[in-house]
Amino acid sequence: MAIFLNNESKVIVQGMTGSEGRKHTSRMLASGTQVVGGVTPGKGGQSVDFALAGGESGGSTTAVPVFNSVGEAMAATGANVTVIFVPAKFTKAAVVEAIEAEIPLAVVITEGVPVKDSAEFFTLSQGSATRLIGPNCPGLISPGQANAGIIPADIAQAGRIGLVSKSGTLTYQMMYELRDIGFSSAVGIGGDPVIGTTHIDALQAFQDDPDTDAIVMIGEIGGDAEERAAEYIKANVTKPVVGYVAGFTAPEGKTMGHAGAIVSGSSGTASAKQEALEAAGVRVGKTPSETAQLMREIMQSATS
Amino acid sequence: MDLYEYQARDMFEAHGVPVLRGITATTAEEARAAAAELGTPVVVVKAQVKTGGRGKAGGVKIARSPDEAAARAEEILGLDIKGHVVKTVMVTEGADIAEEYYFSVLLDRANRSYLAMCSKEGGMEIEQLAVERPEALARIPVDPITGIDQAKADEIVGAAGFDSADAAELARVFQLLGRVYTETDATLVEVNPLVKTGDGSIVALDGKVSLDENADFRHADHAALVDNSATDPLENAAKEKGLNYVKLDGSVGIIGNGAGLVMSTLDVVAYAGEEVAGKPKPANFLDIGGGASAEVMANGLEIILGDTQVQSVFVNVFGGITACDAVANGIVQAFQLLEGRGEAVTKPLVVRLDGNNAEEGRRILTEAALPGLEQVDTMDGAAKRAAELAAK
Repeated sequence: MAIFLNNESKVIVQGMTGSEGRKHTSRMLASGTQVVGGVTPGKGGQSVDFALAGGESGGSTTAVPVFNSVGEAMAATGANVTVIFVPAKFTKAAVVEAIEAEIPLAVVITEGVPVKDSAEFFTLSQGSATRLIGPNCPGLISPGQANAGIIPADIAQAGRIGLVSKSGTLTYQMMYELRDIGFSSAVGIGGDPVIGTTHIDALQAFQDDPDTDAIVMIGEIGGDAEERAAEYIKANVTKPVVGYVAGFTAPEGKTMGHAGAIVSGSSGTASAKQEALEAAGVRVGKTPSETAQLMREIMQSATS
Repeated sequence: MDLYEYQARDMFEAHGVPVLRGITATTAEEARAAAAELGTPVVVVKAQVKTGGRGKAGGVKIARSPDEAAARAEEILGLDIKGHVVKTVMVTEGADIAEEYYFSVLLDRANRSYLAMCSKEGGMEIEQLAVERPEALARIPVDPITGIDQAKADEIVGAAGFDSADAAELARVFQLLGRVYTETDATLVEVNPLVKTGDGSIVALDGKVSLDENADFRHADHAALVDNSATDPLENAAKEKGLNYVKLDGSVGIIGNGAGLVMSTLDVVAYAGEEVAGKPKPANFLDIGGGASAEVMANGLEIILGDTQVQSVFVNVFGGITACDAVANGIVQAFQLLEGRGEAVTKPLVVRLDGNNAEEGRRILTEAALPGLEQVDTMDGAAKRAAELAAK
């Protein structure tokens, strides 16, 4: 099972002919993901060769066809996931195209997207057939099944932990700490002020996923998404959840990289988030390692 | 990026929002000339600082002649308002204020949409009003695709309970302010107070605008609005090198990859510091991103070592896409680059490499045997060691 992405997912890449798109398409293919096409307006009819280094296929290559539009690519390949690498300037147009083509899942990797554009395409996606993840996110992976984005596929094996995180490198860190236990899916939702899929959306999906036993949730300062997730957990999530929040020592009013990671006033602080999560019965680790240890204990007590 | 009031005023004027004439001055003499040029019987001298509460802090004063304007400017220039030193004032026409209103439109993160807020009771106590009598502050969701159109503007006017006599003009101004918001890629446009004058006109008497820097690519004019004079010199130097650096007030320099991991590193160092004599704290936030090339590493180290408070440096890298051997080579080359620049690394450095090719990365650093560099395998352990070294 896993959430949002599985071994039946057929992935297209918008911006596959650019350098980032090409590099990560290659990685997605190498991890066994079915990448069935690329989309670059004006380059339809071409194809791009990718080496399938190592693995069962030896030193062979595969040619991935390029289409002019998402709609064309979906019609020709049956794609149900798009991963978007196009530059920030063109991201809104690319996402709008994906939504209008009614692709079920659009994963927006691009960072630096103007928040006005994000607010507009998020509004458009509501009530549409498309689930958005991102922007400014590492994407998601269901280890052993498929990888849509830039999360390194070899960090962790398949398992029964679900992970949802605002931060890319903390996602990698947490997957690495728990690599032996493994993950059903790990979803990097991104730290921008306006994102598609939220902590709550992922928590709900993990709660409903029979292949997920426990959930790690990683948040950071800014906004009130963690507080709202805490309320959701209290009311709806019966699986064990452990949490981690970054940014306890970040001073107020300073922007720490992610556009969303701004503390202003009392709301949005790491302490407020920790308190809200603990009040909802979530065990919150002080450091990433301690958080991983809490999850390890839960998974071990479940199997013993 | 937050704008000064005078920049917001200019932006409002360019979009047709009714504002008063205003002229900036950085000296008392300039303020005198500005008041003379305005030629109104009353002028107002207003401190230009990017913080609220300047009225209460004595940063806004009335003057009835050019001489008086110069005297008031003299008092206000150099004033420290919540840590912001006043370097510029704006001299504006006096207004015959009959009523004060409040209006803002901003990004609503929780609902991933926009929100307009409006009250008939504007002025200095708006935050108090919002807490004590929330019903007096109308909150109206604004669809990001349609923005503040005529229907939305009418809705805002109605929700705030304005008199019908002023409704049409207020709705016109709200639409113009909505256009300022969308056309300039703002995340906040706030007018407090928006006033009705004695002759019944509606005027934006003050303005706060925050712009989204991600949208700078489509606003060539926004570069001219940047003011680095109040920013830390190290932060400016880092910005010039394209580094994501924030200066803090501690002694453990921090370099890491990824904003979340670096924020987490600050926390872990602060916790470790509490257990050590002198309680060392993180000196900075520095995210070198995914690449972590030798040059980026060298630039990062140079900025951090340029901070005289720094006593030790913690390099915390998780090799995700970037392999740790590349990062290790980057560190080795950074030491050479810095030596070449005559800025050899003299402070102790603690490096933690984990993830992709971590073993190879650690081997490279061990073989290089760089002076003052220690490796610790875990994030928590490395933070502890860096804190200890800073305390020595």
